[in-house]
Amino acid sequence: MAEYSAWQVLKNAVTGNAGWRPAWRKPEPKPSYDVVIVGGGGHGLATAYYLAANHGFTNVAVCEKGWLGSGNIGRNTTIVRSNYLLEGNTPFYEHSMKLWENLSHELNYNVMFSQRGIINLCHTPAQMDEAARRGNAMRLFGVDARMVMPDELAKRVPGLDLSQNARFPVLGGLEQPRAGTARHDAVAWGYARAADRRGVDILENCEVIGFLRDGDRVTGVKTTRGEIRARKVAVCVAGSTGRVMKLAGIDRLPIESHVLQAFVSESLKPMIDTVVTFGGGHLYISQSDKGGLVFGGDIDGYNSYAQRGNLPIVEDVMSEVVALFPAAAKVRLLRSWGGIMDMTMDGSPIITTGPLPGMYLNCGWCYGGFKATPASGWCFAHTIARNEPHPLSAAFTLDRFHRGHVIDEKGQGSFPWRH
Amino acid sequence: MIITCPHCGPRDLAEFSYFGDATATRPDPSSTDQDAWNAYVYDRENPAGEHREYWQHSGGCRGFVIVTRNTLTHEISDIRLASGTQARRKRK
Ligand SMILES: Cc1cc2nc3c(=O)[nH]c(=O)nc-3n(C[C@H](O)[C@H](O)[C@H](O)COP(=O)(O)OP(=O)(O)OC[C@H]3O[C@@H](n4cnc5c(N)ncnc54)[C@H](O)[C@@H]3O)c2cc1C
Ligand SMILES: [Zn+2]
Repeated sequence: MAEYSAWQVLKNAVTGNAGWRPAWRKPEPKPSYDVVIVGGGGHGLATAYYLAANHGFTNVAVCEKGWLGSGNIGRNTTIVRSNYLLEGNTPFYEHSMKLWENLSHELNYNVMFSQRGIINLCHTPAQMDEAARRGNAMRLFGVDARMVMPDELAKRVPGLDLSQNARFPVLGGLEQPRAGTARHDAVAWGYARAADRRGVDILENCEVIGFLRDGDRVTGVKTTRGEIRARKVAVCVAGSTGRVMKLAGIDRLPIESHVLQAFVSESLKPMIDTVVTFGGGHLYISQSDKGGLVFGGDIDGYNSYAQRGNLPIVEDVMSEVVALFPAAAKVRLLRSWGGIMDMTMDGSPIITTGPLPGMYLNCGWCYGGFKATPASGWCFAHTIARNEPHPLSAAFTLDRFHRGHVIDEKGQGSFPWRH
Repeated sequence: MIITCPHCGPRDLAEFSYFGDATATRPDPSSTDQDAWNAYVYDRENPAGEHREYWQHSGGCRGFVIVTRNTLTHEISDIRLASGTQARRKRK
């Protein structure tokens, strides 16, 4: 029987909660593994889980320099959606959405996936046309999408400024009803626990500080807890990709590291029960189950590993919140933070074999990688197990930049700081 | 972050626009070396530490400057005018 169930909750309630096991073990590193995954964020843990669940690889270790959830998996604004336009993207993100829909069940862990919908607002006739085109493209791929008009918006999102006096009057929007949010920490914990139960060693406080090499081939990692040999080494370190790949002698990649800030307000009564994005500026906002408004905007816009942002973006994001929801002007901010992301030159991720033999690389999630966590792990596990891309992530290989097959969803060219 | 423009003096970050890595050298326009163009357009060193980068004082004199900034601390160690740097580099 599943370890977490209503019956177990009841049973433990009357037996002093003494029957619970730790969610994952704290093993000592073994001298060698079939696969070592560098980075215990959402993507690394999902990769470990699918390596075990889909491919039978159980002699696997995940090396995490800090504690699970200390990276971007625990820092994001938790939005999950598959409202993409381009061919390489849509089937991949929709596969992710389908995995999300069954994730709590699959992991026997409540990731609090909430399909509250996402509404992208439009403020010009051109934006309305673009939204309709995107919606049609989504539906051609079997993804749900519908247009919403202001009268419906007035009912659905009561605090929204729909007046003609708004700086950017709202003409309508595109909704993906199956989109929503998930509890980000729970995603890390759920994957960690499910991978651990299948034998994967999760090694926390185990920073990779170098790579073992045999000529060109990568044969393991040097860590703060000793050397670990591996047949395959998979790097999955989100915003630290540049730094970690330098340890392997890869000096240049189509990536820049940038900071993205996020914000949470004090708790309020329910006021937004969906996710709203502001097409007049760049804002995404939802309300957490605890009542806080959770929101973010643009990246700060210049290379940074500082894991904290600067004030111009704070001001920018706050002004957008107030422009959309004038009543929010009186709400106090509870906290804000920054996360470092690797921005690729086309704004799309990299899931690839190489760049060295024995190595596999998963990175470049820009600011949209949380929603991708399940599919990223699914496809990366396939890439590692089979030494070839999964059909759903075949467009994301590293050589696309040199083949000229970039996937530029925003159509903005190679200006990562503008994505 | 405060950036000291050589023309205008110390000004708030909000007055500036970022234009990226200042270390990449553009291949000769007549070059047909595809690898060189790819590397110039897409590949970045992305250092955790000192980074030479272009900024424009778009809210002030509109001049371009080359800033040397630490990407871990945002500390700025050098600022100079960008004008002529490409040309100077070519003459060498
Ligand atoms: C503020 C913010 C808001 C966001 N909002 C959204 C959103 O609403 N929706 C969405 O889809 N995406 C969002 N994202 C993006 C998303 O969070 C990331 O793309 C995604 O989480 C990255 O994958 P990850 O979970 O594996 O990364 P991480 O959790 O960062 O995992 C990488 C891990 O590698 C570890 N590591 C680094 N170096 C080493 C080393 N040398 N040795 C060992 N371990 C190492 C780190 O400690 C870290 O735990 C947001 C990001 C930020 C910062
Ligand atoms: Zn100036």
